[in-house]
Amino acid sequence: MDLTGHLPALQVIVPMLAAPLVLLLRPRGLAWAGATAVALLSFCIALSMAVAVAQGARFGYDMGGWQAPYGIELSVGGFSALVLLIVTGAGAFSLLAARPSVDRQIEEERQPLFYAAWLLALAGLAGIVVSADAFNIFVFMEISSLASYVLIAGGPDRRALPSVFKYLIMGTIGATFYLIGIGLVYMMTGTLNLADMEARIAGVTDINPILVAAGFITIGLALKAAVFPLHVWLPNAYTHAPHMVTVFLAACGTKVAIYVLIRFDFFVFQANLPGHQLQFSRFLLPLALLGILVASAVAMFEGHLKRLLATSSVAQIGYIILGASFVTEAGLVASAAHLFNHALAKGGLFLAVACLATQYRDLRLDQLAGAARTMPLTAAAVVICGFSLIGIPGTAGFISKWLLIAAALDEGPLAYVLVAIILVSSLMALVYVWRVVETLYFKPATVDPEGPGEAPLQLLLVTWVVALANIGFGLLPQFPLALSSSAAQLLLGYGR
Amino acid sequence: MNSNTAILVAIGLPLVTALGIVLAGRLSANLRETVTLVGAGALAWTVWGLLPELFQGQRPEAVIGEVLPGVAIAFRVEPLGMLFAALASGLWIINSVYSIGYMRGNGEKKQTRFYTCFALALAATMGVAFAANLFTLFLFYELLTLSTYPLVSHKGDAATVSSARVYLGILLFTSIGLFLPAIIWTYHVAGTADFTPGGILEGRMAGSDVGLLLALFVFGVGKAAVMPVHRWLPAAMVAPTPVSALLHAVAVVKAGVFTITKVIVYVFGVDFLFATPSSGWLVYAAAFTIIAASVVALRQQNLKRLLAYSTVAQLSYVVMAAAVLKPLAEVGAAIHMVAHAFGKITLFFAAGAIYTAAKKTELHQLRGIGRRMPWTMGAFTVGALSMIGVPPTAGFVSKWYILAGSFQADNLLAIFTIIASTALNAAYFLPIIFMAWFAQEEAGSKAHGEAPPLVVAALTATALLTLGFFFFNGPVIELESQLIQEAVQ
Repeated sequence: MDLTGHLPALQVIVPMLAAPLVLLLRPRGLAWAGATAVALLSFCIALSMAVAVAQGARFGYDMGGWQAPYGIELSVGGFSALVLLIVTGAGAFSLLAARPSVDRQIEEERQPLFYAAWLLALAGLAGIVVSADAFNIFVFMEISSLASYVLIAGGPDRRALPSVFKYLIMGTIGATFYLIGIGLVYMMTGTLNLADMEARIAGVTDINPILVAAGFITIGLALKAAVFPLHVWLPNAYTHAPHMVTVFLAACGTKVAIYVLIRFDFFVFQANLPGHQLQFSRFLLPLALLGILVASAVAMFEGHLKRLLATSSVAQIGYIILGASFVTEAGLVASAAHLFNHALAKGGLFLAVACLATQYRDLRLDQLAGAARTMPLTAAAVVICGFSLIGIPGTAGFISKWLLIAAALDEGPLAYVLVAIILVSSLMALVYVWRVVETLYFKPATVDPEGPGEAPLQLLLVTWVVALANIGFGLLPQFPLALSSSAAQLLLGYGR
Repeated sequence: MNSNTAILVAIGLPLVTALGIVLAGRLSANLRETVTLVGAGALAWTVWGLLPELFQGQRPEAVIGEVLPGVAIAFRVEPLGMLFAALASGLWIINSVYSIGYMRGNGEKKQTRFYTCFALALAATMGVAFAANLFTLFLFYELLTLSTYPLVSHKGDAATVSSARVYLGILLFTSIGLFLPAIIWTYHVAGTADFTPGGILEGRMAGSDVGLLLALFVFGVGKAAVMPVHRWLPAAMVAPTPVSALLHAVAVVKAGVFTITKVIVYVFGVDFLFATPSSGWLVYAAAFTIIAASVVALRQQNLKRLLAYSTVAQLSYVVMAAAVLKPLAEVGAAIHMVAHAFGKITLFFAAGAIYTAAKKTELHQLRGIGRRMPWTMGAFTVGALSMIGVPPTAGFVSKWYILAGSFQADNLLAIFTIIASTALNAAYFLPIIFMAWFAQEEAGSKAHGEAPPLVVAALTATALLTLGFFFFNGPVIELESQLIQEAVQ
C-alpha cells in the first residue's frame, strides 16, 4: 500500500487519534513514550513531505474523496512543508527531551492528560498548516489554542493561571476577528476554499466588505502571532508555562499564526485588491520595525531569563514580518528562512533553560550567576544558540540576517534606515545575550545550586543536538533555503 | 601533501592541537606543553611548505562548500595572506616556548584553558589569512574575537572582566554594526565577495558611496584600531603577557590591518581607489591616529599600556601605507606587518620577563634594571630601536618602503607624519632605554636576576629576528612584489 498520497491527512490524523490513546497509558513513563513515538512519526511524515517538496513535488488531498471546493482540501507546498517541519520538529524534539523536566513539574497521575493535550496541540498546529480551507484553519486554530492553554496552565507555577487567562482572552479575540473576516469573505464569494476564494474575489464588484475582511483577518492573526503591539500576552505566558511547553510553543506556536497571516494575505488578497500590497506593507512594516526595536530594548533590561528570551521572541517575530512586508521574493525568502532559524535558536535556548531549571529553582539572572562552573555543557549550548540569535557567522541566525539585509538593500530610499535598524537590533541582541553569557560564566556564584552537576543526560543530549543543528544549518543551509525559496515563489504566484 | 589539502590542514591542525591540549591537560602539564609545541611546529611546517609554490606564482585554493548562492567558504593563498600566515605560525612556536616559561614562572591558573584558546585563536588566524572571500574572512574574524575573549579575561577578577567586556564589546559591535553591512553592500553591488586582483568594485560604484563603504570597512574592522575604535587594545592589556605578545601585537591586530590592506588591494583595487577622491580621508584618519596615539603613549606610566598605544600608532602606519595607494607603499604595508611584529613581540616578551622576574609594571620602577636583566633589556633596546626605525633593525626597512611609496604619490601628509611620529617614538622609548641602563636603582629595592631561561631564550630569538630582518629581507620583498604585479595584470 502506498501511503505517499495520504501523507497530508496522516500528518493531522496520527497525533489526533493518538491523543485519547495516550490517556489510557497509565503506567509510569508509558504516556511519555507513546506521545514521543507519535511525535517522532509526525516528524518523519513532515520530513518525507519536505524532501519531496524540495525536489519540486506538491501534495494535494481531498478529505473523504470530496472534490474541492465542495470538500475539505488539504495541500502541502514549499511554505507549508517548511512550517510543518518546524512544528513537528519542535514537537518531537521537545517531547524527546521532556521527560526529566516534566517529571519534576507535573504530578505523575496528571501526566497522561498533559501528554494528550500536547498531542492535540501538535495535531491542531499541523492541521492549520495543511488546511487549504479557511474555516478548517479556524477549527484547527481553536483545537491548538485550547490545548495550549491547558499546557501552559498545567505547570506548578500558579502565576501561569492569570497569564493563561490573558492569553485566552486575547487568543479568542484574535480567532473571532479571523472568523468575522472569513464570514465577510464567504458572504461575498460563497466559498471557504482558499484557491476558490482567490478565483472568485476577482469577480466581486463591491469590494468594501472584502477590504473590511482583510483588516479583520490581518489584525486577528497579528494578535495570534504576537506582532507588536499585540504581543502583551506572550512574555507572561511563555515565562510561567512549564519549561518544556515553552520550548515547544516558543519554537512553533506563533510561527503558525504568522504562516496563516502571510499565506492568507498573499494567496487571497494580494493579487485581487488594488493597492493592497502597499497597504499590507505600509501597515506591517512600521509595526515590525517598532517591535524589533522596542522588544530588543526591553529584553536588554529584563532580569528573568525566561522572560528575557520570550521578549526577544517578539523582536524576532518583527524580523519575520519585516521580510514579508517587503513583498519581494528576497524578502519572503528571508522571512521563511528566519522562521526556521529562529525556531532552531530559540528552541535550543529554551531547552538550555529547561536544563538550568533542573538545578536552579529560580531563573532570575542574578540567581544563575556562575552556573557555567557546575553546568559547563548547558552553558556552552546557551552560548552557541545565543550566537545564533545574534546572528554571528557560522550559525543559522547569520544566514537569515544576511538574507534580510540583502533584501532590505533592494528597498530603495528606505534601505539605509532598514539596514540600520536591523543592525542596531542585532547589537541589542548582542547585549542581552551577552548579559546571560557573562552571568553564567564570569559572575561569582551567589547561591549553591540544589544539586551539583549537569542536567539529566536525556535533556542535555537533545539540547546539544539542537545547538549543533544551529551550527550545521549555519554552514550548510541549502535544505531550508530550498524550501524557503520555493515558499517565496509560491506566495508570489510564480508557476501557480 | 597536496598544497590544496595543506590549506585545510593548516586550519585544522590548531583545532586538533586544541583538542589534544584539552585531553593531555587531564594527564600532565608536561604532556600538554608537548602537544602545544608539536602542534605549533607542525603548523609552521605546513604553512611554510606552501611558500615555494607562492614564489612560483601559483595560488593554491580549497573550497569547503557554498553556503549561500555565490557565497562559499573557500580559501585561496596569495602573497599577503601567505606572509601573515607564515609570520603568525612561525612566531607561535617562539611564543609557546615563552608561554611555558611565563605561565609556570607566574604560577598562573587554568593553564589548560589558556593553551586551548590560544590554539583556537591560531586556527582562526589561519582562516583569516587564507580566506578567499569576505564571507570566509568574516567568519574567522569573529571566531578570532570570540576565542581570544577567555584569554583576555583570564585573570577572572572584576576589573579584568570589565576590561574584557570593553574588548569584546568594541570588536563585536564594530564588526556586526559596520563590517557586516559593508560586506553585504559589497556583495549586493558587485554580485560577488571574492578577493580578486584589481578589485571587484570598479565600474559598479562611484562617488561618495566609495568613501562611505571604505569607512564602513576601516572602522568595522575594529582590530586595526584606527581611532576612535582603538580603545579595546589598551583594555586587552589585562591579559597575560604571552597573549599581549602574540595576539595583541601579531595575530589579532595584524588580522585587522591585513583585512584592511586586503580589502583595499583585492576588493576596491588600488588604482580605482586612487582615482576616487572620496577615499582620500583615510590617509588623514590614519595620520591622526599615528600622531595622537604616539602623544598618548608619551604620557603612559604603565609599560604594557605604553606598548599598546605604540601598537595603535604602528598599526595605522600599515593602514596609512595601504591608503597611500602606490605600489611601493603597498609593499611597505606588507613589510611593516612583519617588521612591527618582530619588534613588538620582543618588547612584550621583555615586559613580561620583567614582570616575571621583578613583578614590575610601571616605567619609574625600571631604573637601573638593565644591569640585573641584561639579556631582557638588550632585547628591549633592539625592539625599541626597531619601533623608532633605526638601522640595523627591521623597522628601518619598512619605513623606507612606506616613505618611498609616499614620495611616489607625492603625499606630503604621509611623509610629514612618518617624520613626526619617528621623533615621538624616540621621545617615549629612548628615556626608558636610558633609564634602564644608566640610571641608579632606587635604594632598598628587591634583588632579582634574569627571567626564567625559556623566557630569555624566546625574547633573544625574536630580538635576533628583528636584527636579522634588516639584512635578510629579500624573499619577503620578492614575495610581496607579486602583490603589485598581480593587481596590475
